[in-house]
Amino acid sequence: MSALAYDGAAMLGRQLRRARNNPGLLILTQTMPISMLLFFGYVFGSALAVPGEEYRRFLVPGLLVATAAGGIMTGMFQAAQDTHRGVMDRFRTLPMSRAAVPLGQVVADLVLTAAGTVPFLLVGLAVGWRIEGGALAAAGAFALLLLFRFTAVWIGVFLGLLTRSEEAAGQLGGATFLLPLLSSAYIPTEGLPGWLRTAAEWNPISAVTTALRDLFGNAPVPDGAAWPVAHPVAGSLAWCAVLLAVFVPLAVRTYAAGPK
Amino acid sequence: MTSTYAVLSEGLEKRFGEVRAVRGLDLAVARGSVVGMLGPNGAGKTTAVRLLATLLRPDAGSARIAGHDLVREPHAVRRAIGVTGQYASVDGDLTGRQNLRLFARLHRVRDTAARAGELLDRFGLAEAADRPVSTYSGGMRRRLDLAASLIRHPAVLFLDEPTTGLDPVSRNQIWDAVGALKAEGTTVLLTTQYLEEADRLADQVVLMDRGRIAHSGSPPQLKALIGSYAEVVVAHADVMVAAAGVLDQLTGAEPSFDHDRHAVGAVCLDPTLTLPRLVRELDAAGVPLLDASLRPPTLDDVFLRLTETPATDHSDHSDVKERAA
Repeated sequence: MSALAYDGAAMLGRQLRRARNNPGLLILTQTMPISMLLFFGYVFGSALAVPGEEYRRFLVPGLLVATAAGGIMTGMFQAAQDTHRGVMDRFRTLPMSRAAVPLGQVVADLVLTAAGTVPFLLVGLAVGWRIEGGALAAAGAFALLLLFRFTAVWIGVFLGLLTRSEEAAGQLGGATFLLPLLSSAYIPTEGLPGWLRTAAEWNPISAVTTALRDLFGNAPVPDGAAWPVAHPVAGSLAWCAVLLAVFVPLAVRTYAAGPK
Repeated sequence: MTSTYAVLSEGLEKRFGEVRAVRGLDLAVARGSVVGMLGPNGAGKTTAVRLLATLLRPDAGSARIAGHDLVREPHAVRRAIGVTGQYASVDGDLTGRQNLRLFARLHRVRDTAARAGELLDRFGLAEAADRPVSTYSGGMRRRLDLAASLIRHPAVLFLDEPTTGLDPVSRNQIWDAVGALKAEGTTVLLTTQYLEEADRLADQVVLMDRGRIAHSGSPPQLKALIGSYAEVVVAHADVMVAAAGVLDQLTGAEPSFDHDRHAVGAVCLDPTLTLPRLVRELDAAGVPLLDASLRPPTLDDVFLRLTETPATDHSDHSDVKERAA
């Protein structure tokens, strides 16, 4: 385990140095939610029955979670890109921990996106979003958001190692964009017809979004929701635990097995 | 056994779907020697090296690298080897120095800065050390790659086509580096498509053909396998057949014709044939000679002769897969 920590730290350093030399993708993925906040918040917000500012308060946690879910796409893209690099062969022939390479990628992503969230939050504050609950609950909300991002990137790393295709990652980018549409990220699920509401509430994004709204004090937990949304914090933790238990071993095994 | 051989494999097999890329590889590389693995694209060279370097898991067979079992102790094998792949196995987004320090760190080298500095100096990369590797020339990348493989003084070094695509100057630099490693006692297994490279660097040459070893031996031994090559140029086309008859008698091999040059040549398996005798016999047969030569074979001749069938479609296929991987 200490070998994993040591090698993982070395790989984290590699990823951070790479990002510093080549910050394009990071800037793109982190400015996207800002423009979405402005479009959704003002264009859709003006058309909705609810007052615009109320909708924007509702929207900020949703966009935070939707952006975190985008970690599937960035994780996949980076892992797929890496499989075509000769340097992966070198890592595999070094006497180092097998999990260190994917772990380094995921932790680096976490560090970078945590920093990248700051500008989005500032814009959020500017358009009327506030932390309306306690500081401890807010800290819990951010921790939960990071955990969800961590989970999403592991899923992406596995898919990237599996498909080894940056193109497929690009196409999946479209799909990860759709995922939050069938969730409570942008809309309240209460208004959806029964079966659609159930589907949306079993979307992990709904559980995490509801947890964030609850912890930030932006909106209450909806009545009569499916279990993960009705108990959003426990539901989010359960979702992350299950997804990590499935995808971390898969990703590490796929990496260790190599391209053939 | 492990004290004599740095690499010892028995019946190694690797299949990619239908294609048997490596078929029963028995390889013995003596400690401190340089072995050149030679073969056309798709012969299985790269797959063989990737198996021995723990990058692929064999479907069958076993191997010991520096005394460690390839399948059961991959971690111990990895500690003992250095690998330079066909495609530069360094990170283009990092600088040369950052690459070497990262690999040194992963090798648990204590003073990573000092080790990186040493290797950058040794391979003439000190000036470019702090530039991203993506700005390096092909030769510089290969040198950095080789440097990265030497961080922990490996007992066995695998080089997969280390000079493919390099200009002559860079190629000579790599050759000098391999020579120096050999002098230090490092065991080297290298693959190459260049016969000149094998001839120059290798103590032992292994000819690979369609996934198996077709022949092996020292370069002189392999050349002795096919004897010398006799060629005569005659005054006019009418006498080429007569010249061929004489050559056939003397060499015991089927002559080949070059009609443009009025030349007839044949591989000679008889080591006692001399040039004066060749000329005397042709003269006695009334063949008007313009030129005659009897030259030792090149590894090219050996190669073409011992692997008669050219690479077939399916092996080309496997090469594509190797590259895709």
